[in-house]
Amino acid sequence: MLTLRAIRLVLLALPFLLTSIDAARAQETDIPALVQSMGEASLRELGQIVSDLASTGDPAVVPALQALADGNLYLDEASSAVVIQRGSALSDPVSGDAVALGADADLSRIRVNNSLRRDIATALAGMTLMSDNPATRLAAANGFMARPDPANIPLLDEAIAAETNANVLRLMQAARAVTILGDDEFDLADRQAAIPVIASNAGRSAITILTGALSTAPDDLKPAIQSALAGLEQERAVWGALQNVWFGISLGSVLLLAAIGLAITFGVMGVINMAHGEMVMLGAYTTFIVQLIIRQNFPFLLDYSLLIALPAAFFLTGAIGVGIERGVIRWLYGRPLETLLATWGISLILQQSVRSIFGPTNQMVIAPTWMSGSFEFYGLSITYGRFWIVIFAAIVFALLLLVLNRTALGLQMRAVTQNRRMASSMGIRTPFVDAMTFGLGSGIAGLAGVALTQIDNISPNLGQNYIIDSFMVVVFGGVGNLWGTLVGALTLGVANKFLEPYAGAVLGKILILVLIILFIQRRPRGLFALKGRAVEQ
Amino acid sequence: MLTQALFRALDRKAIWLIGIFLAVAILVPMANLLIPPGQFGHVPTYLVSLLGKYLSYAILALALDLVWGYCGILSLGHGAFFALGGYAMGMYLMRQIGSRGVYGNPVLPDFMVFLNWRDLPWYWLGFDNFWFAMAMVLFVPGLLAFLFGFFAFRSRVTGVYLSIMTQAMTFALLLAFFRNDMGFGGNNGLTDFKDILGGPIQAQTTRAALFAATAIALALSVLVCSGIVNSKLGKVMIAVRDAESRTRFLGYRVEYVKLFAFTVSAIMAGIAGALYVPQVGIINPGEFDPANSIEIVIWTALGGRGTLVGPIIGAIVVNLGKSWFTTTLPELWLFALGALFVCSTLFLPKGIVGLWHQVFGRRQKPIGAAPTQSSDIEKGEDAASLSGNPQPKPAE
Repeated sequence: MLTLRAIRLVLLALPFLLTSIDAARAQETDIPALVQSMGEASLRELGQIVSDLASTGDPAVVPALQALADGNLYLDEASSAVVIQRGSALSDPVSGDAVALGADADLSRIRVNNSLRRDIATALAGMTLMSDNPATRLAAANGFMARPDPANIPLLDEAIAAETNANVLRLMQAARAVTILGDDEFDLADRQAAIPVIASNAGRSAITILTGALSTAPDDLKPAIQSALAGLEQERAVWGALQNVWFGISLGSVLLLAAIGLAITFGVMGVINMAHGEMVMLGAYTTFIVQLIIRQNFPFLLDYSLLIALPAAFFLTGAIGVGIERGVIRWLYGRPLETLLATWGISLILQQSVRSIFGPTNQMVIAPTWMSGSFEFYGLSITYGRFWIVIFAAIVFALLLLVLNRTALGLQMRAVTQNRRMASSMGIRTPFVDAMTFGLGSGIAGLAGVALTQIDNISPNLGQNYIIDSFMVVVFGGVGNLWGTLVGALTLGVANKFLEPYAGAVLGKILILVLIILFIQRRPRGLFALKGRAVEQ
Repeated sequence: MLTQALFRALDRKAIWLIGIFLAVAILVPMANLLIPPGQFGHVPTYLVSLLGKYLSYAILALALDLVWGYCGILSLGHGAFFALGGYAMGMYLMRQIGSRGVYGNPVLPDFMVFLNWRDLPWYWLGFDNFWFAMAMVLFVPGLLAFLFGFFAFRSRVTGVYLSIMTQAMTFALLLAFFRNDMGFGGNNGLTDFKDILGGPIQAQTTRAALFAATAIALALSVLVCSGIVNSKLGKVMIAVRDAESRTRFLGYRVEYVKLFAFTVSAIMAGIAGALYVPQVGIINPGEFDPANSIEIVIWTALGGRGTLVGPIIGAIVVNLGKSWFTTTLPELWLFALGALFVCSTLFLPKGIVGLWHQVFGRRQKPIGAAPTQSSDIEKGEDAASLSGNPQPKPAE
C-alpha cells in the first residue's frame, strides 16, 4: 500500500523533475564544448546540437551556426578543433579570436545538408531577432551591436523589416549602423549615413562606440564622427545636469519633509524646536517597530508596513509633541532663547532613551518591493525609493496647505502667526492652537522619519544629521509661509547637488552654509518674509 | 580715566573673585609641587590639569555671559572661537615638536609628511614663534567674530535667527576642519605635543605653571568683564539686552555696542581655548561640534547669566558633574544634562546665583532672565494669562 503510493507519487512528480533538469541544463550549456562537439558529430547529432545551441538564446552562438550554414565551419583532423575559415583567416567559432593551427593541420569542412541549413536559418532567426519576445529581440540586437559582423546584415535587414516594437527597431537599426560603420567593405556614403543613426539610436553606448570607431575609421569619416561625438557630449552634459536637478529635487524633498514641521512651529509660535530632529528619529524607530511586529505576526502585510507606519508615526510623535508643549514649552512663552535650550535638553533625553532601549547600533527597515529597483525616464535613471519620497513630500506639502488654508484650525493658526494678541482678543484659544500646532509639526516630523528609513540609517543620531539642515531651510525660506519652505528646501537641495561635483560633498556643504549666512545679511527674515506689523513681533 | 575705569571695575564682588582666583593660582601649584605626595594637602598632578581645564571652561562661560547675559546675544557658536584659539596654540605646539615626530621631519608636522606635503602651508608660517602664536590666539577668533558680527548686527539679524546663524558658522567650521586638505590634521586634529616655551609639556612644573596661568587669565577676564559691565558702555549693553529697539531710538548705535561685546567675548573664548589645549594635550575638530557650543550655554544659564560669578560656578559645577557621571554612570550623563537644560530654564531662570539670592534674601538689582524684547514681555504675559498658568515666579 505504502510502496504503491510512493511509486505513484514519484511517477506524478517525474515529468516535473525532468523538465526542471532540462531547464537547468539549458541555462548552463557549455557553448564552446557544444560547438567543438560538432566536429565529430553525424548529421543527425548535428541537428540535435544545433537545436541545443539555439535553445541557449545566446547571440554568441550565432557566428558558429552561421558559419555552419554557410559551409565555413571546419574540423582540424589533427587537433580535432572546430574553426571558422573565411578566405585564409581562421577564427574560433565562439570567441571570434584568430586561431593559429599547427603545420600538420588538416582541415575538413563540416558537412550539412539542405534540411539542416533550413533548420539553422530558422533557429537563428527564431532564437534571436525573430523571437516573439521583445526582450529577447532587444538582447539579440544588443548582442549584434556588441559583436558587429557584416555577415549578419541580411539577418538584421530582415528583422528590421518585420519589427513592430519601436524600441527594438531603434536598437536593431543601431546594430546595423554599427556593423556598417565598422567594416571597410561598405562604401563611404553608407558608412557616413550610419553615424547619425548610431548617435540617435544607440543610447548610452553611442559615445563609446563612436569613440572606438574614431581610431580605426578612415580620415574621410573622422569629421562626421567627431561632430556626432560633440553633439552627444553636449546632450550628455544636458542629461547630466537634469540628473543633478533630479538628485537635487530628491534631496530637497527630504529637506522639505524634515523642515516643514519646524517651519510651522517656528512660524506660529516663534519657537525653535531643537527636539525636532528627535521627532524624525522617533518616526523612523516607529517604522522599525511596526515592521518588526508585522514581520512576526502578519507577514503578508510586509509590503504595506510603511503605509501602516505612517499614521502610527504621525500620532505617536504628534502626541509626544503635544506632551512637550504642555509640559515644558508653554511655561517658556516669550522667551524663545530659553525654549531653544529646553528643547535641546529634551532632545538629549530622547536620544539617550532611544539609545538605552534599542542600543546605539543602526537598525534596518526593509524596503517594500514597490520601492526597490529603478526605472529609466528618457536618459535619467530614477530609483523607486527616491521617486516615492519625492511624491510623498509633495503629498504631505499639499495636505498641509489644505489644513492651513481650508480648515478652522488652519485659519486659527494663521491668525495666531500674524497677530497673536489680536487673535486671542477675537476669541481664539491660543494655548490650544499652540498645542495643536506643536503636535502637527511634530507629527509631520514623524512622517519624515518614516520616509527617511528608506534612505538613511536608523540610529539614535538620525535627527542630529538633519536638524541643522532643517534650520537652514527654515531660515532661508522665511517664516510663516509654507511656499517659502518649499522654495528654500528645493533651492538648497539643487544648489547642493550642483556644487558637489565641483567642490566635493563637504566643501559644497560648507559653501552652502556660508552662502546662507551671507544671504541672511541681505534678508534677515528669509526669502518669503511676513510683511507689515507682524514682523515687529 | 583708566584708573577711574579700574576703580569702577573693582567693586567689592569683583575684588573678591579676583582675589580668590589669584590665591588659587598660587596655592594649588604650591600644594602640588611643595607638599610631597601622600601627605595631607597634596594635589596630584592629574588633578591640577583637570582643575586647569575647568578654569579654562570658566573663562569660556564668562565670555559667553558677556554677550548673552549682558548683551542679549545668544551665541550658539562660541565653541568655534574657543577651538580657533586652541588650534592657534596647537599649531605653536606642533611646531615645537621639531624632528621628534614619528617621521623625524624637522619642519613638517607628522600628518603633513603622511599626506606627502613638501612645504609648510603659508598659514603655518610664524607659528614657531610663541608670541606670534599668542597674537593669533587673540587675532583669529577676534577677526572672525568682528566680521561675522559686523555683517550680522548691521543687518539686524537678531534673536533666534542670530543663534541659528552662529550655529551654522560653527557647523561649517566643523566640516572644514574635518577635511585633511585644510592642513590642520583633519579628523585627528593636533596632538602629541612635546614642549611649551622650552619646558616639557608633561612635566609637573609645566602643568603647575599652566594652571597658574589659567587662574590668572580667569582673574584678568573677571577684571575686564567687570570693567566693561560697570562702565557706561556696560549700561548700554544691558539696555540693548532689555529693549533693543528703544535703545536704538534713544540714539545709540546698537550694532556697534553688540559688535564690541561679541568681539571681546570671542577673544576671551580664544584665550580659554589656548589655555585648554596644552592642559588636555589635544585639539581636534570635535571642539567645533554645535553640541559643545550649546553645552557652554547651559553652564552660563545654570550658574546665572548676567552675573560675573554665575558662569564660573556653572562651568565648574556642570563639568564636575560630567567628570563624575562619565566615569561612574556614563549611560546617565545625557539624561542628566538634558534634565539640567530643562530644569534650569524652567525652574532656575536666574541660575544658582539667583537661587542663592532668593534663599538668602539679599535684594539685588535685577539681573538676567529679562526678556530680550519688550514685545516678548507682552507675548509672554498674554500666553501665560490666557492659559491660566502663570510663568514660573521671577526670583524677586
